[in-house]
Amino acid sequence: MTKFTTLLGASAALALVAGAALAEPAIIFDLGGKFDKSFNESANAGATRWAEETGETFAEFELTAEAQREQAIRRFAEQGKSPIIMVGFMSATPLNEIAPDYPDTKFVIVDAVVDQPNVRSVVFNEHEGSYLVGMLAAMASQTGTVGFVGGMDIPLIRKFGCGYAQGVMAANPDATVIANFTGTTPAAWNDPAKGSELTLAQIGQGADVVYAAAGGTGVGVLQTAADENILSIGVDSNQNYLHPGQVLTSMVKHVDNAVYEAMKAGEAVETGTQVMGVANEGVGYALDDNNASLITPEMKAAVDEAAAKIASGEIEVHDYSADESCPAIQF
Amino acid sequence: MDWNTVLLLLDSTIRTATPLLLACLAGLFSERAGIFDIGLEGKMLVSAFLAAGFAYVTGSVWLGLLAGIAGSLLLSAIHGAASITFRGNQLISGVAINFLASGLTVVVSQSWFGEGGRTPQLGDGGRFGEVVLPGAIRLSEMTIREQRELPLLTRFYSDVLSGHSILTYIALLAVPLSWWVLYRTRFGLRLRAVGENPAAVDTAGISVRRLRYSAVAIAGVLCAIAGAQLSTAEPAAGFIRDMTAGRGYIALAALIFAKWRPWPALGACMLFGFFQALETRPDIFVRLFDLRVPSALLSAMPYILTVIILAGFVGRAIPPRAGGEPYVKER
Repeated sequence: MTKFTTLLGASAALALVAGAALAEPAIIFDLGGKFDKSFNESANAGATRWAEETGETFAEFELTAEAQREQAIRRFAEQGKSPIIMVGFMSATPLNEIAPDYPDTKFVIVDAVVDQPNVRSVVFNEHEGSYLVGMLAAMASQTGTVGFVGGMDIPLIRKFGCGYAQGVMAANPDATVIANFTGTTPAAWNDPAKGSELTLAQIGQGADVVYAAAGGTGVGVLQTAADENILSIGVDSNQNYLHPGQVLTSMVKHVDNAVYEAMKAGEAVETGTQVMGVANEGVGYALDDNNASLITPEMKAAVDEAAAKIASGEIEVHDYSADESCPAIQF
Repeated sequence: MDWNTVLLLLDSTIRTATPLLLACLAGLFSERAGIFDIGLEGKMLVSAFLAAGFAYVTGSVWLGLLAGIAGSLLLSAIHGAASITFRGNQLISGVAINFLASGLTVVVSQSWFGEGGRTPQLGDGGRFGEVVLPGAIRLSEMTIREQRELPLLTRFYSDVLSGHSILTYIALLAVPLSWWVLYRTRFGLRLRAVGENPAAVDTAGISVRRLRYSAVAIAGVLCAIAGAQLSTAEPAAGFIRDMTAGRGYIALAALIFAKWRPWPALGACMLFGFFQALETRPDIFVRLFDLRVPSALLSAMPYILTVIILAGFVGRAIPPRAGGEPYVKER
């Protein structure tokens, strides 16, 4: 809080000096927190990169309760911040009401679509990225059975699972995909013990690669996979470093690029919907020193080829959220 | 369904039931002495955080457990002061403790570790490992075929009973111990009396306050072990925010289901643990009955059963008569 106040003080002073010349961007992190090793941390990385490159500053706020959401957006708008970036689909409903009140302010929302003239909506084709890691999972698996652990059972997470299953089937049509969800309430995002149990249950059914799209619950999944000597797949940020040599890869959403671009464009940020997919490197799989030994050249070649085909439109990955059904797996 | 699946399910049941059982016994002591305790969840959470935090910093999981006990006892003392000394509303005090724990753990952990309300992942020395019971065979060192050839009893002993953390065995031992303390010692008799008719205990010249404080303290220690199990006993490896995920409330449901008695508490927690274990294996229903059971139904089972019990269908659940009422001496 003190940091926030200092920032506010500093920005107020700046505003006095510079008049109304340049608005400062602001970013609102969602409930997972700025250092969630995942989604929000990635957004923070993008904002920090922009600040370091330009030497400018940005205002930030970490939500700690649902009730702060609307207040935080309004406060930044009142202060004349622009663009105001919020990460997380939960902000969509309040933003839809607030945006018309501040027609001169630009808003950017990541992971949801808000249809207002002064809002840029950034959405990711998670199903495409999940397809790629699904292929890797199928190729790395020796048992022919791979697992998926989702967080809260919502269409967005089923979209991950559906893309993953399609990728698995593409690489090995005989493979079995076991899909579990942690729960149906938001507590499902923060239940690593349940994540561990689900992973053990999937191992019991023969799975030897498990993909976690489950927020904090994923920590338990990756840990148990490492303890039991099977491979896991991280999500959102590059999580390969969490258990070097035991995390096959991560399905990376480049939230950092989305935030960086929005801040770079400043007040001139283009509104409308921006889709980040495999084609414009918005999603992909992570390859670094930690998992280099796990990905063989053949695997890499196959996935890169699939990525090129997705980008060109030759392969079309089915999006679960489009019609709430999945050709590759029944949830 | 083969025996392997059954054994895996039972193994998972015991692991899942451990924190429930400890929290349930904690509630048992507290409520038998006439102090309702909604704050089981909060005490578990604080202990889970302190256990993981101290285990990481000191490298000793036992010091972590001690820190967890200290933190949980502190919350017990607050609850005791509010509801025994100051005769406040016990439910409100308990709810306040839950909120306090949920907020404080994240704030303190953020300022210690700066990882968004998490503790760093614990290494091998920093968590309770698996205890191999005497005579048990290490199944992980055998192939699946070799395992299948073993006699069923050997597999049951080695797979289901052996290989849990020391805290699980403490939890199981706490059941006969609680029974002995409550029903075979003078302290236990007085403790039960103070929950039924504190005035009679007072007339006999025994301090109601001291008895109630000691009951609340025992509850604190048991909750602390439950919390430590969640964050530091394999397969867990660290704290994340709100990781108790409602287990304190399920423990309360189990307590009502067990009608405030220790042995039935063991049964209730094992049953509820079994439901949670089943939740991780939706495939079993598909294979046995060709039926897709929504996992939400299984996670709601503890509450459904408790409502049935409370409605009086399966015998009546009568809480301790003086429960929830502060004792006023001069009336």
